[in-house]
Amino acid sequence: MVNLIWASMAIIGIVYALFNGTMDQVNQAIFESANQAVTLTIGLISILIFWLGIMKIAEKASILNMLAKLFRPIILKIFPDLPKDHPVIGYILSNITANIFGLGNAATPMGIKAMEEMKKLSNSDEASRSMITFLALNTSSLTLIPTTVIAIRIQFGSQEPTEIVGTTIIATIISTVAAILIDRYFYYKSLRRK
Amino acid sequence: MAFISMISSWIIPLFILIVLLVATWKKLPTYELFVEGGKEGIQMALSLLPFLLGMIVSIAILRSSGALEAFIQLISPLLSWLGIPPDIIPLALVRPISGTAALGMTTELINTYGPDSFIGRLASTMQGSTDTTLYILTIYFGAVGIKRMRYALKVGLLADLIGIIASVIVVTFIFS
Repeated sequence: MVNLIWASMAIIGIVYALFNGTMDQVNQAIFESANQAVTLTIGLISILIFWLGIMKIAEKASILNMLAKLFRPIILKIFPDLPKDHPVIGYILSNITANIFGLGNAATPMGIKAMEEMKKLSNSDEASRSMITFLALNTSSLTLIPTTVIAIRIQFGSQEPTEIVGTTIIATIISTVAAILIDRYFYYKSLRRK
Repeated sequence: MAFISMISSWIIPLFILIVLLVATWKKLPTYELFVEGGKEGIQMALSLLPFLLGMIVSIAILRSSGALEAFIQLISPLLSWLGIPPDIIPLALVRPISGTAALGMTTELINTYGPDSFIGRLASTMQGSTDTTLYILTIYFGAVGIKRMRYALKVGLLADLIGIIASVIVVTFIFS
């Protein structure tokens, strides 16, 4: 699926450029965007090193396990396939908390770590049920305080830059609940097919 | 609001403080553990690079050729029939594909229509209430080497659609 999407985005782009006369822009974009990707990854390296370092200490000091114990019932409701006492619950919780407070920088390393633990549990290169649920939660965005958007609104002289916090929270809750329900629907559908 | 933004800037330093206090109290080798964990970070970022680069270049080709814009114009009648204002449609379609492009569009819409206009509020809400599905899929599955992602993309994109429709309804309902 991702192979098809990836290839067709590039194929459609190049074929369209053939007829649209935008080949110059495409040629330029290829190298500029490759550069951008490297810059983005370098930006990620600093965050990943710092957070995975801190989280390693948190894990060894059993702080993740404490967190996990506290919220275990809720997490296990959303992720019924996860074992009850596993550090992955701690990572999922840290990812969700960081997302809620709009700390995307901290959320990504913890999310990757959670994925890594889930992969150890499933031991296959196929996405497990828990992985997809986790992904659905993250793509629907859990941000309650959209700090970047508020900053842009201030920059353009909004009378009330934070007035959109309420609508964002309501829309986020709707899309998150929808994501969980859609995820359940496709999971049970995939069971029936087997 | 002031309280919430205070929490946002306090939570990371406080978390680090608690981790270090507890670990020191338990007599753990904090610095060595930090370095050990940090090394994983380097490997992770390097293994992510090809996934990220491939996806970003492919999206850049699609955008720079003008094909994405043409596609958006093609399907806007359908979306405006659903009650989504035409000016917001490019943002709604780009939001799941490219985070930077979406942020650029939101900034442009706020600049053109004003932050306190209907479009400005809607763009703000949309930007905040959905995330870049393709980016998250690439990073999270790429980092741990998931090859078959099953129904993950469908779930992510459908959730985006509902998030966008929800934004339109909520903003219409609250601000008019």
